[in-house]
Amino acid sequence: MAAVEEEDPCGRELALSEEDEVEEVDQEGAAKKHRQLVDALTALVGGKRRRAVERTEASAQISEFDVGGGGDKVQLSELLQPVSASPALRPIQKQLKKAQQKKATEIPLSKEETERVVREAAYTQTAEALNKWDPVVKKNRRAEQLVFPLQQESMTIVPIEEVMSGWQARTPLEQEIFSLLHKTQQPVKDPLLTPQEKISLKAMSLEEAKLRRMELQRARALQSYYEAKARRERKVKSKKFHKMLRKGKSRKVLQEFETLRKCNPEAALEQLEKIEKARIEERMSLKHQNKGRWAKSTVIMAKYDLQARQAMQEQLARNKELTQKVCPASESEEEEAGDNPEAEKDLVPDVVNERHIGMDSSNPWMLGRTPAESKEEPNVPAEDSGESEGEGEELLMANEKDLLQESDGQWQSLKHQRGSAGLQGPSKEEGPADAPPSPPSREQPFLSEKLKRVRTLEDLEEDLEPEAIPQEDEMLQPKEAQPSQSVGAEPPLQPQAGKSKKSAKHQALIDLETVLAGAPYPTQCPLVPAVVQDELESGISQRQVIQEAFASDNVIDDFLKEKREAEEASKPKAIDLVLPGWGEWGGVGLQPSKKKKKRFLIKPAPGPPRKDRHLPHVLLNEQRNILAAAHQVNHLPFPFENSQQFERSIQVPVGSTWNTQRAFQQLTAPRVITQPGQIIHPITAEDANLNRQGDRSTAKVGQKPDLELSLPPRQPRPPHISKKKDR
Amino acid sequence: MTLLLTHSQTEGGGSVLAAHLLLEQQVGAVVGSARCDRSGARWAGCSCTLVASDVDFCQTHTGALEDESEPHLVPNTAAQWQTAASVTTGSLFLEGDEDEDTCTIAQADIAAAVDLAASAKRFELQLDRFGPYRLSYTRNGRHLLLGGRRGHVAALDWHTKSLMCEINVMETVTDLTWLHTETMFAVAQRKWLYIYDNQGVELNCLKRFHAVQRMEFLPYHFLLATASETGFLQYLDISVGKEVGTICTKAGRLAAMAQNPSNAVIHLGHSSGTVTLWSPSAKAPLVRMLCHRGAVRAVAVDTSGSYMATSGLDHKLHVYDLRAYRRLHSLLLPCGAGLLDFSQRGLLGAACQEVVQVYKDVSVCPSQKPYVCHALPSPSHSLRFCPFEDVLGVGHGQGFASLLVPGAGEPNFDALENNPFRSRKQRQEWEVKAFLEKIPSELISLDPRQLGQVDTVSLEQQHKERAERLGYDPEAKEPFSPRRRLKGRDSASRRLKRRKEVAAEEQRALIRKSLAAKAEAQPAPSKAGAPAACRSALDRFQK
Repeated sequence: MAAVEEEDPCGRELALSEEDEVEEVDQEGAAKKHRQLVDALTALVGGKRRRAVERTEASAQISEFDVGGGGDKVQLSELLQPVSASPALRPIQKQLKKAQQKKATEIPLSKEETERVVREAAYTQTAEALNKWDPVVKKNRRAEQLVFPLQQESMTIVPIEEVMSGWQARTPLEQEIFSLLHKTQQPVKDPLLTPQEKISLKAMSLEEAKLRRMELQRARALQSYYEAKARRERKVKSKKFHKMLRKGKSRKVLQEFETLRKCNPEAALEQLEKIEKARIEERMSLKHQNKGRWAKSTVIMAKYDLQARQAMQEQLARNKELTQKVCPASESEEEEAGDNPEAEKDLVPDVVNERHIGMDSSNPWMLGRTPAESKEEPNVPAEDSGESEGEGEELLMANEKDLLQESDGQWQSLKHQRGSAGLQGPSKEEGPADAPPSPPSREQPFLSEKLKRVRTLEDLEEDLEPEAIPQEDEMLQPKEAQPSQSVGAEPPLQPQAGKSKKSAKHQALIDLETVLAGAPYPTQCPLVPAVVQDELESGISQRQVIQEAFASDNVIDDFLKEKREAEEASKPKAIDLVLPGWGEWGGVGLQPSKKKKKRFLIKPAPGPPRKDRHLPHVLLNEQRNILAAAHQVNHLPFPFENSQQFERSIQVPVGSTWNTQRAFQQLTAPRVITQPGQIIHPITAEDANLNRQGDRSTAKVGQKPDLELSLPPRQPRPPHISKKKDR
Repeated sequence: MTLLLTHSQTEGGGSVLAAHLLLEQQVGAVVGSARCDRSGARWAGCSCTLVASDVDFCQTHTGALEDESEPHLVPNTAAQWQTAASVTTGSLFLEGDEDEDTCTIAQADIAAAVDLAASAKRFELQLDRFGPYRLSYTRNGRHLLLGGRRGHVAALDWHTKSLMCEINVMETVTDLTWLHTETMFAVAQRKWLYIYDNQGVELNCLKRFHAVQRMEFLPYHFLLATASETGFLQYLDISVGKEVGTICTKAGRLAAMAQNPSNAVIHLGHSSGTVTLWSPSAKAPLVRMLCHRGAVRAVAVDTSGSYMATSGLDHKLHVYDLRAYRRLHSLLLPCGAGLLDFSQRGLLGAACQEVVQVYKDVSVCPSQKPYVCHALPSPSHSLRFCPFEDVLGVGHGQGFASLLVPGAGEPNFDALENNPFRSRKQRQEWEVKAFLEKIPSELISLDPRQLGQVDTVSLEQQHKERAERLGYDPEAKEPFSPRRRLKGRDSASRRLKRRKEVAAEEQRALIRKSLAAKAEAQPAPSKAGAPAACRSALDRFQK
């Protein structure tokens, strides 16, 4: 294509040069020119369309390769048609056909894609490799103390053989001993241990022992699961389930038998015996004969019902199948066997199974009963005893009930007695003087009703007041009443206030005036300032002077106002979204309706109650100290779950003054300990015991425990074991 | 005479104190007893005893305890000692005879009864030329700073009575205070605040601190808090010389100021009868309390930081519990206390004009009569208890008086914290350590343990934000979904029931706990309930 494009401009140039001679050329030439012009124009337009090259004139030199007709695709079969005629070329033809059927090979992935695939694979691999380290890293991070280098060289006792490597037996005695030792395969020099000892030492390292133990545990667990499953299956009540199970088993047995017969005839014989046993059992029982309830009913139905008849036939066929002798015996025997059941049945009379009257009744086997039946008999007395026990229990129950009722009665009577005593005791016999603790003696009269009114309202009030009033006083002015009472200089005001109504008391709690008005008691001092002495001499009361001086100062009102303002400021403000005139008439003098106001006024949640709500004379600033908060801890460090835990932990002093020496050392132990002069290498898989874990997994894959093999393959694995593996 | 010569360059009465002290030293050496003020000897003749009720008393105490003349007070047997020791620890108070009040015992008698070293601590300085004196003790109680209103400033080691410096600043001195050690002190003068060293050399003039009325030094924060005439409360960090906070209290002239030693909060008394509590990090007061109907004249906070005493123009003295902001007691003083101070052991000193009273047990139940009473020659101007000493220093119009108040100071000092006997080297080392342990000023708040608490507000905020970011709450406990039972009892309703049982389990446990706690707190009602139980409902029909 590129070549054609390159040619085109040349053509155009040609066309342009020949334009001058257009008039002089004849018709033929004009047509040619016209075509050339069209070509040039198309080229100018930039159309990349190419006209198929046409052969306008016949020529002798037609290429044998140019079949012509660019649009037609050449079919291979068409080409091969002449070839197919010769039989010698058939294999080639076949090969070609095959080649035709083969799909084209896929285009290899682009460079980016291959790189991406490789990257992903590499990522998963490295991630897997690194994930192994996670527990190690976690463990080291959580460790209270790390001692570097991590892999401490264990204090090994240097074996004597190393010490004695240069030593040789010289004296005859020594040589003799050595020869003796050699004879008994005792170690002489190099290994101080006998080969057996060595093997026993090597036999089981701690790791291996652990692995072995784990495997054993696993096996045990699996066994227990298997047992549990079997138990569960046994308990299933569905007959169908068991039927299926049985059928499956028998089928399996048969299959096994077939296979055994082919490969291992001896084992097949043993198996045969087993099958024989089944046959015997079948023959003994009447399971598949027409003796059962179902069989009898189906026999009746069989006359009319085809299905029932078929079922009956099936049953009988099964019986035959079971009672057949499976062993590849002689045909005659087979025939005999075929007749056998009926013959046997006929041979053994029913009488045999009947109970003989004249027989010794003491022998249970001669009674003509099955052992199960004979077993039942001794059960009867047992049942009786059980019944008797039950009766006994019932009796006991009844007795108990009676007893209970009796006791109930007694108890009630007792209660009555006691109640009467309780009522009478304190009231009459002992009298209130005996019971100084007030609550019982006070409550008694409330409950006992008599004709005469025991206590009047006045009494009640009198009783209640001494309790209630001191509390109020304490709330108002703690301890203020005490000294005043003890001193007795001024009669306290509180008792008078206490007599007033509850509302008044409540007000007193809030009223600032009363809070401030706690009566001070004057001090008696031997020395008095000169000013006061003068005053005393002149006779002007100080109090009057002060009151005059501060009459105008309304200190309390100012404070209350300030407090109210602060409270208002601290309250969260309601958001008013009312738009006047929206959905109703609006304008000058028109207010939005109450309903609307109520609906569009978003009331915030009331903030926490103020700390000074019970302190009328105090105004507490509830703003948070942000500057101090910057120094505070604002996130819980790792092992702590709530802030109290953390606070308590940092309250504990660390210094040696408050702790024992040992505790102090433990508390201030460094997180990382390095030993001087030791090279700390980066952690390796060996240090972290990672290799061993890998070994274990490979070992498991290679060699499975026997029990696992015996298990059915579809049994789901117990979940926790798989989890363990994940770790 | 050397002292006289060294300080003779000061103007006018600069040498007054030096001469005075010299005389004191001589008298103390020769006569063997401190010079006593005889003005209060009206009750001379009454016996005075000091009762020791502690076994291990400190050397710094006012000294010999037993009065040989009354041997019955001295415990003879070990058992007696033990009982005496178990009553209180470290208390050594004045006890009068029968029908005799301790307030009637004169200072002279107390000084006469105690040993020489202790009686030497009772002295008076007559400095009548430079007007009423303000004073300040260092934190270890060793050094004393005196400042007369007319410009006389003197620093001295009052144990040995050796003068450190004596200058006249030639300006009105309104207040002065020691800084962290005895090497520097701040003086509030007519216009500005000045810092001097212990040689009397002016180190700094802080013009931003204008017309300061009262000053308090917060030792652990290295802050100098000043209250000015114009109602500004300013904090100066003296370790870096930076002004940490300036708060306009909008409450007029600030004439009453005290610091709470337990949490470094500044208490200011105002003319509106309120007391406000301030920290440099808050622009508004932490607490505003209405304490008096008239203006507040003086405020004092005790060492534990739980009690506050205020006195007002209404002649009342109130004692407040700062933990609950409730008033405990109120006293009516004859003239109203103009100055208040708490001692380390909780004695409350109050100065009413020229009478100085000391009250005992104000926080528990104040007695009607003061514990110690003393009349000064002129109205008092400042009042401070000396730390670790049974001494009350009073500055008045005609000088300074050091009074003996048995049981005022803490007998056991922490030598690593405040050592009255420390050497220069020790002081320097302590200084470095103290600077290293300086507490940032932002941490001043009502609750000094705030730093040890988790900031729950931002904790919750962060948690919420995290949950929002992740789209789920990572710390939320997933709701319990009951396991499907394989055999029976696995209906949907049954499972729902099981789920509901578990859901309320935590809440139930909490309620059970609280109920148990309540039951423990109120054992009495259960007793009262017992007789009620054996009564039956039918009993009420009984006639």
